[in-house]
Formats: sequence, C-alpha cells, structure tokens
Amino acid sequence: MKTSQKKPEKLIDEKDIRYDGRKLNEMRPVKIEVGVLANADGSAYIEQGKNRILAAVYGPREIHPKHQALPDRAALRCRYHMAPFSVQERKSPAPSRREHELSKVIREALEPSIFTEYYPRTAIDLFIEVLQADGGTRCAGITVASLALADAGIPMRDLVCACAAGKVEDRLILDLDDLEDKSEGADVPIAYMPNMDVVTLLQMDGMLTNEEFEQVLNMGIEGCRQISQLQRDALKAKYTAAKEAEAEKEDEAEEAKK
Amino acid sequence: MAEDEYISGENTYKENEKIFATRVGLFDHDQKRVYVVALKSFYVPMVGDTVIGKVLEVTFGGWLVDIRAPYPAMLRASDALERPVRPQRDDLPSLFDVGDMMIAKIVACDRTRDPLLTVLERGLGKVTRGQTIEITPTKIPRVIGKKGSMVSMIKNETGCQITIGQNGRIVVIGKTPDDERSAIMAIRMIEREAHTSGLTDRVTEMLRKEKGEKSTKEVVENVPKET
Repeated sequence: MKTSQKKPEKLIDEKDIRYDGRKLNEMRPVKIEVGVLANADGSAYIEQGKNRILAAVYGPREIHPKHQALPDRAALRCRYHMAPFSVQERKSPAPSRREHELSKVIREALEPSIFTEYYPRTAIDLFIEVLQADGGTRCAGITVASLALADAGIPMRDLVCACAAGKVEDRLILDLDDLEDKSEGADVPIAYMPNMDVVTLLQMDGMLTNEEFEQVLNMGIEGCRQISQLQRDALKAKYTAAKEAEAEKEDEAEEAKK
Repeated sequence: MAEDEYISGENTYKENEKIFATRVGLFDHDQKRVYVVALKSFYVPMVGDTVIGKVLEVTFGGWLVDIRAPYPAMLRASDALERPVRPQRDDLPSLFDVGDMMIAKIVACDRTRDPLLTVLERGLGKVTRGQTIEITPTKIPRVIGKKGSMVSMIKNETGCQITIGQNGRIVVIGKTPDDERSAIMAIRMIEREAHTSGLTDRVTEMLRKEKGEKSTKEVVENVPKET
C-alpha cells in the first residue's frame, strides 16, 4: 500500500490544511474490530490511517517461568512487535531496543486499568503485532490492547485509549502520522482513562513551551475521548452483530415454516 | 453506569460514588444492588464448586489436575482413597492416570494456595464414559436454568445423564452416541443464545424436531431394504 512517499514541501498549507487533507485537530479515520482471533482468549484489530495493528490476550493463566509470579497480583506481560514488512525498509524480526521500550511503556500504561490484584500468581499475556506502521503505533497499540483485554473478560477499571498530539511547522496538531512525526517539532503521546480522568502514559520528544504543552495535552486528551467512543462502539458491535445474526436466523426459520 | 445510593454487585466497582462495569456484559439491578452479567469470562476456583478436571500428572502423593483455572489443582491421594496412603503399595495411576477426566469438588482454595480437590463424595469420581464439552463459565447458570429447569429438560428429552462443572466443562453420558450428540447440540445452542429470552422453549422445540427427523430418516432407510 505504501509506495515511495515523496516528502511534500509543506506539511501544512496556509489554510491550516495538512498534506493529507486533514484539519489541524482532525484524527485519521479509525476502524476497530473486536474478537477477530478464534484461538486467543481476547483479541482486537485496529486500522488508524495506514496503521494496522492486531492485539491478542491470553490469560489469566499459570505463569511460566514460575519465578516471575507475583505473590499479590497478576503479572501483565506485554510484547509489542513490528512485523518485518510493516515498514518501508525491512525490519529485522528480532525485538529491537525500541520495541523493548515500547513493550514496557505499553504495559505500564495498561496495568492501572486492570484489577490485577484479583488473580495473584498468574500471568496475563498480551501480544501487540504491528502489521503496518505509519506513526503513532504505540497509541493505537494501547487502544487495541485495552479492547483485547476487555474481550478476554478480564475485569478492568476502565478502557484505556490513547492518542498523540504535537507540533509541526509551528502549529499544534492532533494524531501525527509518520511524516509529521519525523519532521521537526514535537510529539506527545498520551494514554488516558476517560471514566477516571487519569493519564497513564505521557511522553514527549521535541521542544514545546509551557503554554504549548498545555494546549497539546488538552488536544491529545480530546483525541483520546474520541477514540474512547469508537472503542466502546466496537465492543458493543461484536455482540449486537451476534444478536442480529440470530434474529436473521429466526426470521428465516419462521419464513421456512410458512 | 450508576451513581450514589446503589451497592456495587458482581462485575462492578465503585469509585467516588459512581459505579462502573468491569466487564462487557448485560446490566441488571435488584432494588439497591446493580450488577453485570458478563458475556465472557474465565473460571476462578471457589471453595465448594463441583468441577470437571483432567489429570495432568501423577505425582508422588497425588495428582495434578487441570480445572481450566489459572491455577493447577491438586488432588491428594488421601482425598481419593478414604484410608491412609501407603506410598509403596498403592498404585496411583490405576486410580487416575494422565488424561483421565474426573468430577471433583474444591475443598480449599484462597489467594495464597492452589486449589485442593476431593472425590470422596456422592457423584464424584472418575468419568469412564460419555463426552466432555467446554463452554464459557459465565453461561453455566443459563445451562442449568431456573431451579435446574434447563438441564432437567435436556435430560428428559435426550435421556442423557449430564454433569455440569462450574468451570465450564460438561460431561454428557447417553445411551447412544446420537443422544449425546443432540444433548451437546442443545448445550451449544444455549451457549450461543444465552443472552436471549424464552430459550428453554426454543431448545425443547429444537430437540423435538431433531428427534422427529431422526425417526423419519430411519423409516426412509428401512423402506428400500424390505423391497
């Protein structure tokens, strides 16, 4: 899908329209599906712009190796991994430094949302597989991972949603893609639990003034709220779809009777 | 989900006077207690539960049993023998071998200890015949029905003996494999449509139809032989 991208001269034009046609505070189109894998206890899939990410959850289950067990709560083990074909230049499938760090960061962003203390000495395994990457994968990764956890039936305080905001060409924008991310400016990924009003992940690279930072943060949280709504819809859709299929079946049966 | 005066029930929690759901499920309330019936979950062992387990390993003084929980369950030889164990003489694999299914009861289990089982009660013990199927543990109450109405209906309709484990495993023992098959079909149907109402009637109807079809089929099959 990704052909050799030429860098446009300007990422944002005079009318505040970004190079891909979005407004400054507009997110990329998002599509979410829950329960896509039959063999995982819980799973979810997201498309956010050109990002395509799959998440799978197993557990709570027996922990191996045993020494990793925590006496007072479940251990959340998270693997963020990018497929070799997910980026322009083939990525080595071995976990890189960056993936190790993101795994840790994502784990810590999700852990506060889970009632890990209900299941001591067990493991909850979470796998995030990036099939196609286009900037902001950690945020999209957190969003799907949270849904996969909910799909697995693991008790949670809230769904965690995540979104980035930042600065490009001296303007503040929401949901940066790869090109915007790589340009000069700043990038602030935020993970957020909307019901509890708690931020569980806040990172920044680049430079922002205090005022700019505040604006970016609020913008990011606003983005998270939008994502959160989509999350909830996706979760409901899984069951309403099942119900509709049943209703259809019943209708057919009734027609057959006639 | 709800505010203030309510008491938080199953699958919910309370924070700052507000109640939130912790699982995806169906919301319900009785008077002051609000709760969520989860659509999907996993089994968490509780003392007193009847479970259906599979032997993973025969150890020195007992068996290690898989009960579909995050914790491995232990059945000690003394909880299966009803007399003191003589490690040299007693042949544990002859009682339960690896892969055997058993109906057992959880006698002890808490946050710090793995569940302990017993088979020394009526109705417990090794499963020697029949088929086992697995469903989500949250749907077990639906399979049992109000005061056992659903299981007893399936038992009557199919003539099968059905044992339900709280861990989501069900043993079906019938006179013929066909009986077992239709009982399993009924259980699968309940699992699929657990969140709809009027289910018992629909399952009955399905089973009757199934039976009817079979008897007509037999007749058809018999006709050419005679001619």
